[in-house]
Amino acid sequence: MLSRVANSLYWMSRYIERADNTARLVDTSLQLLLDIRNLDEQHLANQWLPIVQAAGDEEAFSKLHPKATGAAVTEFLVFQPENPNSIVQCISQARENARMARDQISIELWEELNRLYLFVRSAEARQIWKQSPSDFFSEIKAASMHLTGIAYATLLQNEGWWFTQAGRFLERADKTSRILDVRHQSLPAKGLPGAISQTEALEWAAILRSCSAWDAYKSLYGADVHPVRVTQFLMLSEDFPRSIRFCAAQLNTALRKISGVPEGRFVNDAERHAGRLLAELQFTTAEEIFERGLHPFVDDLQIKFNRIGDALFEAYFFLSFAAQGEADFVQQEEQQQQGAPHLANDRSGWLVGKPDAPCDANTRFCH
Amino acid sequence: MLENYKQNGGFDEMLDGSGATRAHYRKFRSLLEEIAPDDFSQRRRSVDLSFLRQGITFNVYGDEKGAEKIFPFDLIPRIIPAGEWEFLERGLTQRITALNLFLHDIYHDQKILKDGVIPPFYVLSGKHFRREFVNFKVPQNIHIHLCGTDLIRGPAGQWMVLEDNGRCPSGVSYLLENRRAMKRSFPGMFGAIGVQPVEHYPQELLKMLQYIAPGGVADPVVVLLTPGSHNSAYFEHTYLARQMGIEIVEGRDLMVQDDCVFMRTTKGLRQVHVIYRRIDDDFLDPTVFRRDSALGVPGIIRAYRQGNVSLANSIGTGIADDKAMYYFVPRIIKYYLGQDPVIQNVPTWLASEEADRKYILENLEKLVVKAANESGGYGMLMGPKATREEIAKFRGLIASDPRNYIAQPMILLSQHPTEVAGQFEGRHIDLRPYIIYGEKITIVPSGLTRVALRKGSLVVNSSQGGGSKDTWVLYGEE
Repeated sequence: MLSRVANSLYWMSRYIERADNTARLVDTSLQLLLDIRNLDEQHLANQWLPIVQAAGDEEAFSKLHPKATGAAVTEFLVFQPENPNSIVQCISQARENARMARDQISIELWEELNRLYLFVRSAEARQIWKQSPSDFFSEIKAASMHLTGIAYATLLQNEGWWFTQAGRFLERADKTSRILDVRHQSLPAKGLPGAISQTEALEWAAILRSCSAWDAYKSLYGADVHPVRVTQFLMLSEDFPRSIRFCAAQLNTALRKISGVPEGRFVNDAERHAGRLLAELQFTTAEEIFERGLHPFVDDLQIKFNRIGDALFEAYFFLSFAAQGEADFVQQEEQQQQGAPHLANDRSGWLVGKPDAPCDANTRFCH
Repeated sequence: MLENYKQNGGFDEMLDGSGATRAHYRKFRSLLEEIAPDDFSQRRRSVDLSFLRQGITFNVYGDEKGAEKIFPFDLIPRIIPAGEWEFLERGLTQRITALNLFLHDIYHDQKILKDGVIPPFYVLSGKHFRREFVNFKVPQNIHIHLCGTDLIRGPAGQWMVLEDNGRCPSGVSYLLENRRAMKRSFPGMFGAIGVQPVEHYPQELLKMLQYIAPGGVADPVVVLLTPGSHNSAYFEHTYLARQMGIEIVEGRDLMVQDDCVFMRTTKGLRQVHVIYRRIDDDFLDPTVFRRDSALGVPGIIRAYRQGNVSLANSIGTGIADDKAMYYFVPRIIKYYLGQDPVIQNVPTWLASEEADRKYILENLEKLVVKAANESGGYGMLMGPKATREEIAKFRGLIASDPRNYIAQPMILLSQHPTEVAGQFEGRHIDLRPYIIYGEKITIVPSGLTRVALRKGSLVVNSSQGGGSKDTWVLYGEE
């Protein structure tokens, strides 16, 4: 597969996953605010700023908006064209990448992605957003799931497929870790957190909802929401498809499918880092994470995700083969010209510009 | 549905002079009458939506938002009976055969120039004549592998060639997609009427590309080279690559080592043997042609010269669709084949011939003036519809660079019933069939019928407000 196309497939699915996660995050935050009373400006900012941080775009945000109000944050994360990670921009980028890899994906996948693109850029989307943000996010989330389903149901599970899987799970691991980190300020810097207030319980439940993990969590732990269990679940669950460990395992599988190298070995840095990350998550407990502090642990994870992404780029997308220098070609070309036989450019005998014969009769039939 | 449709001068494709339906449109017309108008517009909307969803769009250059537009599609098909198609096929085959012999000749012995059939000046001054390729033997001696010849019908219904597109003719994907849309919209009609299929185009194209592979390569790797996703025909490039099951590559995906072309894949370098290039000569290799080309592949021409990679179309075919050369095509046919042209040219005056130039300048307001190397309806003057300023501008252009201009009479193109705001009205059309020259010459029985959607307009180009129709070639005469 062409490196450029592999790169496009990888980014296509990363951007779809990114749009989906941002939609979940903003949607849940808006819902959460409905349940919290007595919010002054400072409290509101305390609610919204972490959301921007979770999306990883604090710097870009503060350049565009002086205050972290609900309206500013949602506009920034959903529509803002200047934010390359706004939902609309993510979907546009996903589509642009799909266009570059159009010959590698199914018509069904392309049409759905194109439909989503046309939708988010339409006046109708703004209208729905104004009337009910929740309906708008439902549309984005449903489309994203639809896209994932179509991909599973229609794409050839060849090399390209495993690049989309790598992109999807690396992005998802990154976003789950950021969402999990949203409330780190209410936690002790190090050590296990104690009992939490009702508002805090709502906030941690919102984190679970942002990862579509509420039902799964309840079935394991009941309705009692506690940061340690939430972390245990979103970070270390072996079975939940949005947990970081699950994502790391899927990423690992995808990388091995691409290279054909068995477990326990590696041929490039992407595999080495991904394998090490998986092992770490397999043999870590929630208590250990809190001993270090959730926030530093998540920070460290993000560095690892970036490292894997960079290594992937080095290994597959950026092939620096030494091409022959252009100057050589130019020189060869010039020599070729000198050796070229002369052509019949002898114009003697030709009166240039004078019709040498009457025009063909058969071409002059409708003056 | 078509009961209010009327002849309004010129040649009408559906109605004869007395207003009766021509034989080859009768079955279609009676089947169309069975469809309720509401149902018809419903189908039309669903086709538009499906085109938009599929991204069957073209980018409009100069549009800041890079907006993609769907190529407007009209649901009333243009129908051609079998006998007429055979005539066209014969004419197009003759023409591409002659043009290939001509290209072979001017890049080798130049007999046609030495024998005085064409003044050498016209060939040697051609913008697309590539001196660098004189005496270069192209694979299988084929220069133009793909040609999209524009045909029109004049007021008496006579077919004429308007121009030969022998460089990178585009539009065939619309032909194929238009047919798919029609099959979805009117599934019952195809069997009942007997329409020849077009689906084999991609296979024929691939067969040709494999045929021209460098000798000795058993299983050649064929790729399509696109300028990139911002090119107006990008949809077509991905479409054709997908239909053929070949890779679509950009210049940056390719590199040259030891005079062979390779593509960069996730598993390393893979050699490429045949390139269906949708990039003009000028941009193909920055070390040979335009130095500023970022689209091309440095060294690709050298690999081509060494016979390690084949290109379709070959380098330098543009001289054959230079509009000044068009004037000489009837002579070219006569010279190489000893035949008269099956399909006539449109009468043409060359601005660099003194007598012709005089005629052109005296009759500018009656003529259509075209720049010799422009396409897509750009660089053109429609005399009868032009303002004084435009005419004055062209007078200056012609005087300063006569080699670059030709003139033709304004021809009233045939018209065809076309849906306009719920009604059916006559609109002018042309036809671009797609010719493949490989082991044999193949022309899929159809073509892209382009329609000038603006009332009275004679310009059918998509960049100038044109749309398209499906083109049905029948198995029989009706």
